[in-house]
Order: sequence, then C-alpha cells, then structure tokens
Amino acid sequence: MRVGLFIPCYVDQFYPKAAQATLELLEKYNVKVEYPLGQTCCGQPMANSGYERFGKASSDLFLKNFGHFDYIVAPSGSCTLHVKDHVLPKEAPSPKIYELCEFLTDVLKVEHVEASFPYKVGFHSSCHGLRGLRIAKCSERMDPEFNKPLSLLNKVQNIQMVELDRKDECCGFGGTFAIAEEAVSVTMGNDRLADHQRQGVEVLTGADMSCLMHLEGLIKRQKSPIKVMHIAEILNGNPV
Amino acid sequence: MKEHTHAQAAAEFIKDDARTHWHDETLWHVRSKRDLSAQGIPEWETLRDRASATKDYVLSHLGELLEQFESNALANGVEVLWAKDAKEHNEHVYRILQENKVENIVKSKSILTEECGLNHYLEDKGYDVVDTDLGERIIQFAKQAPSHIVLPAIHLKKQDIGEIFHKHIGTDKGASDPGYLTEAARQHLRKKFVEANAAITGVNFGIAETGGFVVCTNEGNADMGTHLADIHIACMGIEKLIPRAADLGVFLRLLARSATGQSITNYSSHFHKAAPGKKLYIILVDNGRTEQLAREDFKNSLKCIRCGACMNTCPIYRRSGGYSYNSTVPGPIGSILSPGKDLKKFSTLPFASTLCGSCSDVCPVKINIHEQLYKWRQVITENVDMGASKRLSMRVAGATFGKPVLYDLAGKMARTALKFTPDSLVYSSLNVWGKHRDLPEVPKESFKEWYKKNRN
Repeated sequence: MRVGLFIPCYVDQFYPKAAQATLELLEKYNVKVEYPLGQTCCGQPMANSGYERFGKASSDLFLKNFGHFDYIVAPSGSCTLHVKDHVLPKEAPSPKIYELCEFLTDVLKVEHVEASFPYKVGFHSSCHGLRGLRIAKCSERMDPEFNKPLSLLNKVQNIQMVELDRKDECCGFGGTFAIAEEAVSVTMGNDRLADHQRQGVEVLTGADMSCLMHLEGLIKRQKSPIKVMHIAEILNGNPV
Repeated sequence: MKEHTHAQAAAEFIKDDARTHWHDETLWHVRSKRDLSAQGIPEWETLRDRASATKDYVLSHLGELLEQFESNALANGVEVLWAKDAKEHNEHVYRILQENKVENIVKSKSILTEECGLNHYLEDKGYDVVDTDLGERIIQFAKQAPSHIVLPAIHLKKQDIGEIFHKHIGTDKGASDPGYLTEAARQHLRKKFVEANAAITGVNFGIAETGGFVVCTNEGNADMGTHLADIHIACMGIEKLIPRAADLGVFLRLLARSATGQSITNYSSHFHKAAPGKKLYIILVDNGRTEQLAREDFKNSLKCIRCGACMNTCPIYRRSGGYSYNSTVPGPIGSILSPGKDLKKFSTLPFASTLCGSCSDVCPVKINIHEQLYKWRQVITENVDMGASKRLSMRVAGATFGKPVLYDLAGKMARTALKFTPDSLVYSSLNVWGKHRDLPEVPKESFKEWYKKNRN
C-alpha cells in the first residue's frame, strides 16, 4: 500500500516535532511513508471562514500531491475531516484519508505501543475528530463506548490518564473563531484548561495540534507548569 | 458596518466573569440531566432516526399534510385560519378578539407569537396580554425578551426575580426563596386565569390524521387558560405537523428528555374540538417557512421541535447568553433559521460557532446544524460585506496555499519575523490572538526543511 503523509501547514511551520514523531511512529510500524514535498494546506482556514471558493487552488494542489496514494495519513482530525468532506472526490477511485490514531487502530490494527510515559495525562478530545470522523463516541450520542486515541494511550506503559469533568467539550479554538470571537474563545479555552488543572494533569495531549496550540498559548500566558504534547509524540516515546 | 455583532455582544456578556460561569454551569447542568435521561433509553438513537425520518417525510409532503390537517380540523368544528406572515397572524388574532368581545387574554408559552411580535401588537391595540408561563411572566414584568426558547428567564438569578416580583406583585423586598416567589406568582396568575375570556397557546405537534394538536407544558398553564376561557386561539407554525397520532409517542419521548431531562412534560394536552358553547381557532403561520423549505441546503432546519437542547449544549451560547444572538430563536438552531429571514442582520450568527458539532449530535431530530452553519458562511461572504481586509486576507491565503514555493517562503518569513520582532510589537493591540494567549515558540526549521535534510 502507498501511504502519503499529510502534515498540516501550521504543524509544518510551528510544530515540526509532532510531524517528526508521526513519521517515526509510522516507520516503527513498518509503513513506508512518502511525504510529497509540494504540499501546503488543505484549504480549511478559508473554507470555514466562508471563503471555500478561495480554497480551490489549495484543493487542486492537494489532489495533485496526494491523488495517487492508497492512504493519506495526517496528525490532525480537523484537517483530515476537511479533506474528507470537501477536497477528496466522493466517487472512487480516491485515496482514503485517515487521522493518525484511526489509521493506527483501524488499518494497522496496532496491538502494542513501545513507549513509557510516567505522567498524569489529560486528553483533549478535539471536536472534528470526535464528532466529524467519529474516532471516539461523543457524550451526546448513546451508542456503545469506544475511543481510538485513548485505546492507544492506554497501551503506553506507566501512563496515568485522568478523567475530566467535561470529557469532550470544545476548547474554543475553531480556526478564525479564535480571533473573530476572541472573548468567547479564550473563556472556553480557560475553562477546559481549568478542568485539566483540577485533575492535576502534568501533560495535556490530543490528536489535533490546533486545539493544543490554543490551549498551550493560554497555559504559557498563565505560567502554568502543564506541558503540551501531540499524541504522536507520546506514542513515539518522546521525552517531555 | 454592522450595528450588532455576536462577538461584540458576547464580549460584553463575558465581562461579568462570575455571571458567565454561573450561566454556563446552569445550562451545563440541564445538558447533563438530558444525558442521564437519554442514557435510560436503549433505543435512543433509533428514536432520533425515526423522528428525523418522520419530519423529513412531513417536509416533503407538507402541502398535502396541511390540507389533510385542515379538513380534519374543520370536520371537528374548529375554525382554521391561514397567515402568510406575522402581520396576517396578528390581524387574525385581533379580529377574533374583537368579534368575540374579549377583554382579558391569557397566553401560554409560544415562541411563534414572540416571532410575530403578538404581545406588542395587541398592547398597541389596548389589550393586556398576560403570559402565564412562570418564566415568561417574569420577563414580561421585566420588559425583556426570552433568552432561551424553553427556559425564557434562564439569564436571571433568583435574586433578580425577587426584585422583579417585589416591584410588580408586591413580594417582600429582598425575598428570593423560589418556593415563596412561585406561590406569589400562582396567586397573582390565578386571578388572571379566572378573569380571562380568551386563551392563546402555541402548538407543539399538529396531527394531520386527526386535525388535533398537542400542547406540552410543565406548569399546566395552557390547560388552566383554555379550560377557563371561552375562546382558545392556537398559533401554529406550518412545520409543526406530524402525519399520524401513532408518531406522537416518538416525539413526546424525545422532546422533554432533550429539553430538560424529564421523561415527559408534566402536561401533554390533546385538543380536538371546542367544548360545548366555546370556540377553538387554529392559525397556521408561514412567515418565511416556505421560503426556507425551498432552500435545499437549509430546509431541514424546519424539522426543529424547539427543545432547546442545542442551546444547552452549545459552549458559545452558554458563555454568551441568549441576547447575544439578537434573534427570537437564539443559539445554534437560531443561527441557521435567522439568516433566512434577514441575511444582513443575522450575518454574524453562523460565525458564532467553532463548528464543534455538539448541536447536531444532541438534536433529537438530527438536524445537521453545524453543517448548515458552514453553508450559511459561504452564502454570507458572497452576499454581505464582511469587510475588505477579511476578504483580501482570505484571497491571499488561498493564493499562497495554492503555490508550494509561495507557501514555503511565507512560512519561513513568518517564522523569521516572529523570532526577531520584539515582544512589544508581537503582542501589540493589533494581535488579537496574543491578548490572552502566547504564540507558539518558533522552531528553527519547518518539518519540510527537516525532512529534506534527514529523509530525502
């Protein structure tokens, strides 16, 4: 199988460590990953702001870079959802795009994770992965419980996952929402953060770096000791 | 550019941090009660599928179902009136009141009459309309609009209500005990019920097969009003139909659980015909509904059964309050209904969302609310002036992401600029992100640069 690695633009620019961890992790599971150098952005920032029409060039470029793969893997639920819903052609043949965790659980059927992480960890459940890609059961629905990212984290040795008071409330990032509705966005973020702080979280993780960027921005401004890491970094055995 | 944006109103609301968090916790509590109650129903998701499919059927057969409803209601001796808009609706009510020489009116909760501005219309004609739902009566005294469709006074604390009642019905100054205040309201309203000649109600479900309808309340005020008055005027949006009485069970099981976590509303009252010597009127109101029905992307917003669950779950609504939407129906469902009525006035509402999708998953009739918010955004930026700078920045971003060379260069420039610009400039007032958040630490190279060195 041909697997293309899609690294969202802001991860490429600001969080290369999360991208490296994603690549290394996939390589550990013997996936031969190709990373097309011509990739940029999936176009989600424009589309969610109401300017889907200005995202045409980036959609076309995305298909040029990734159209020939069997699978596309990305360390972001949000960008994956956008590509799935708005970029990839609905009719076959089209590559299948997976968020990293669901690729590990559903395609690679990972049983073992070679990592130890002796910290109290809070998992931020990002909305687009949760309610868009359905990588876990959300609290609104009454289906049987499942949670793909948590099932992976629970395979990490010595990790202590905490229970949050509100296990899947939005953090308030929302792309340009973070700027356009700054007051609500910051209040939502601080409320999420307070939940993690109440549970004594040492490391906050998640499958979407964008939400984590927003939460990390608040953490640093508060001078809170909580560290932020992408789930790929923990699964890859990176140190804090 | 705009008189009122959701963001401005929300920022104003949030200035009172303690009250914002009280509001958030109060509504989260309602959402949690809904979860508990839904968890008790193993077939919950099947019920939602069923309700959604039934409402889809209704919307695709609305014309014939309305005719069926009308002919059955007429056969029951009900007078059926049609109103194409709010004005016609209000005129019908006024004419009925005049013809029957009504002096005193009681009204149970009806968001449709709020939508039509009925109270103000009738007050201008010299009528005193007494809202008999407790929450509605509170905000009527305070001369406010509902801030929530199920919990109209949810923005008020018991102390606020104590003050309002002290001023209007003479309760003790400073008294805020809910039991005491409720009893005072009961005594006050009892007199109004007894004096009323006409009772106005909304309609939760109209049943095409029987021509009857169902009104759900917790306080029994709709029943008290209609039983005592000689005239009953039921105001119904045309989308409130369901085909058969047998469908009702699905909706009644979903409605109260979704709204408040109760297994059923205290009163689910069925009306078919007037009691001997009395009169029953049904006014069927369009007021923009057929227009919305014609919009393929937005028509299924009309499936809404007004449970308010999307408001209780919405993290933005909980932290910005109902008034920040400046619309009769606030919150997520209001944000997809209102732009169809006035695109410019409500142009900021579809942006008052992170598209988290909680509204769509909590909705008992499975309206794809967050997808419609996304679609309204596309319509709005094409039709409403959003400001030249926003459009330009999006166009530039679009062009940059279309060309790898431009993207790589822009990324490098941004990282370099952030690294060498003094904090005083990076965190200047122009940087909205940085008001309360630090920017990410700037790495020395992008992933792509690292990859070229290490893997290629």
